[in-house]
Amino acid sequence: MKFDLVLANVGGQGGLSIAAVVAIAARHQGLFVKQSEVHGMSQRGGAVSAHLRLSDQEVASPLIPLGAAMMILSLEPMESVRYLQYLSAQGRVVSAMAPVVNIPDYPVLEELHLKLKKIPGTVLVDADRLAREAGTLRSANMVMLGAASKFLPLKVQALEDAIREIFSSKGPVVVEQNLKAFALGRGV
Amino acid sequence: MATGTKSLILQGNEAIALGALHAGIVSAYAYPGTPSTEILEYLLKLKAKQGFPHAAWCANEKTAYEQGLGVALVGKRALVTMKHVGLNVAADPFMSSTLVTLHGGLVLAVADDPGMHSSQNEQDTRVFADFAHIPCLEPATPQQAYDMTFEAFELSERFGVPVVLRLVTRLSHSRAEVSVRDGDPGQVIRSKPPTKAAKSSDWILMPANAKRQWHGLLEKQKVFQKFSEETSHNPLTHLDGGSELGVITTGIALEYFLEEKAELPQTPAHLHIGAYPYPTEKIRKLVARSKRVVVLEEGYPYVERYLRGIIEPPSGSSAQIGGKLSGLISIEGEMTPEIVRVALGLPERALTDFSSFGLELKGRPPQLCKGCPHGDMFFAIKPALEGFPQSLVTSDIGCYTLGALEPYSAIESCVCMGASIGMAKGAAEAGVHPVIAVIGDSTFLHSGMTGLLDAVASNTNMTLVILDNEAVAMTGGQKTLIASSRLKDVVLGLGVAPEHLRLVEAHRTKIKENTDIIRQEIEYPGLSVVIAVRECVETAVRSKKSKSEGGCA
Repeated sequence: MKFDLVLANVGGQGGLSIAAVVAIAARHQGLFVKQSEVHGMSQRGGAVSAHLRLSDQEVASPLIPLGAAMMILSLEPMESVRYLQYLSAQGRVVSAMAPVVNIPDYPVLEELHLKLKKIPGTVLVDADRLAREAGTLRSANMVMLGAASKFLPLKVQALEDAIREIFSSKGPVVVEQNLKAFALGRGV
Repeated sequence: MATGTKSLILQGNEAIALGALHAGIVSAYAYPGTPSTEILEYLLKLKAKQGFPHAAWCANEKTAYEQGLGVALVGKRALVTMKHVGLNVAADPFMSSTLVTLHGGLVLAVADDPGMHSSQNEQDTRVFADFAHIPCLEPATPQQAYDMTFEAFELSERFGVPVVLRLVTRLSHSRAEVSVRDGDPGQVIRSKPPTKAAKSSDWILMPANAKRQWHGLLEKQKVFQKFSEETSHNPLTHLDGGSELGVITTGIALEYFLEEKAELPQTPAHLHIGAYPYPTEKIRKLVARSKRVVVLEEGYPYVERYLRGIIEPPSGSSAQIGGKLSGLISIEGEMTPEIVRVALGLPERALTDFSSFGLELKGRPPQLCKGCPHGDMFFAIKPALEGFPQSLVTSDIGCYTLGALEPYSAIESCVCMGASIGMAKGAAEAGVHPVIAVIGDSTFLHSGMTGLLDAVASNTNMTLVILDNEAVAMTGGQKTLIASSRLKDVVLGLGVAPEHLRLVEAHRTKIKENTDIIRQEIEYPGLSVVIAVRECVETAVRSKKSKSEGGCA
């Protein structure tokens, strides 16, 4: 078993928390994990990505080879386009619908949604609405993880435990909000 | 004390921090710089939690390195960390520290940034270690980062020299499971009382001593070479296989090779180099049995260049060498699995063509945050320069470098830490007026103060704008070394005339007022300084949040 996941977002959206949850869950399930991320200037509202590689055998390259990713999980619709070259023919795009418009030439959103939907298997999620329902807009990342979880080789229980582990230092309210966000995402 | 192991998911940088802790460091020193920053941040968290080791951000990489050297002077262990260009700043103590005889371990972890994700150049720290005549270890995985850091301290004390750990972005910022020692394995070494060197002349590099110490260092090269031939970090495998191909990998390039090699029809002979000086004899053995040799290394073609030499190598081999110098691999940027694949002679992977979906990709460059005080100052500086036939705004390394982009387009240079001030002085003395230098508070304290002293000494006709956001914002909002309120005293202490030191608030409601003040100071025929104060919006949000969280607890 090998599952390569490209995580895409705009700096500040919480993409690296998704990576942390997936990595912990995978390890609890006895899988090997390797993750690679780019920090630095990209924190300032720029494009941020992380590569997550899960396998039942030891993982070598920290970077996913082009055409190998089973999923592009994006917190922003245009950002999912940036990494399509990594997507395998068997892979799919799971993306949030709401744009982060901080550039002058952002594409027309409805057209972008329509085009993304044409890629076989694409799942578009109204993550902001569900995150608000969970109690905080900041949990949109866990909504997206919930939506993606149906296609990940990870058990729901392992992911939920990892969410508890990652957010426990922020108190029980935050943990519950994120678990609820995850569950709402799973229901998509 | 427990002697078992436990397994953690660690970032490469965190693995280094933990390796150093477990090796018994008493102190760690650093200046923040991507991709190295998390090493010290991890140790700062440990210090807050358990009281040790001592860990501190320093004014710059030179002062950090000197503090580490002071720890080693009294026989204790210290870790110093920086990004690659930071070693240029620390080069003076670094180069000469290799001549003293260390009895406490000193390890310097340097994170290179091939591909320039967040740096101004691609320099390769292996060359620097070579220049300094000391060993260098280059981990390929977070596990190796932990193991090599632990070992580097032992090597440093055994050889009596500092040891360099060369990291790259993809190692520093990759995470994997790492098996680490349990308990507090550094306790015994950490608790030893400080001891001075047996002979202080080994530490006093006046010419007579330095000549002896230099001779000693040159003699040690044979010892380093022997270590390199024998260490398990430089494994030579499949020498007797049927493949005509020999592959040399260094550091993280190993991981890309392992990713692709299964598809090769025959397993090539393989030498991996994780420890330098490079193992000459092992390289000769590999080359002697190969018709073709491919060298895969992240950064400069460092091994490849020596491998080629100028005259025929002693092996007399006619093997073809493929690498960055032959053009097989691009000499610029980062390695990827794709580059390694093609270099090994494998066909390019078939990719799905998504072009028919009509999805157009737009760039999303980094930009100043909404409400950033720097932006408000750039909007104040630009109108202050209007009407002059010629003007110049030099700048520096930090978030405010983004003032080069739209909608500001306000700065005209960014070279290295502190350069804005010296370059402004040079330009002013070459006849340009007005000249403004724009620098951040932390960069000013790092390398700007000496440049300002030069400008004070000659009362240069220029204006320095210090953007004081009370943070090292670009690297994640570390606290500036001294409180913002003390910056004014530093500037006055350097000799700037009090009537030409202006404190302003960097705020959008003050743009007009600030423009007028800058204009007045431009028109003053001499040196003036404007300190523009307002906290970084990111750190302001964070401190507000931690305060409110603290209130609930």
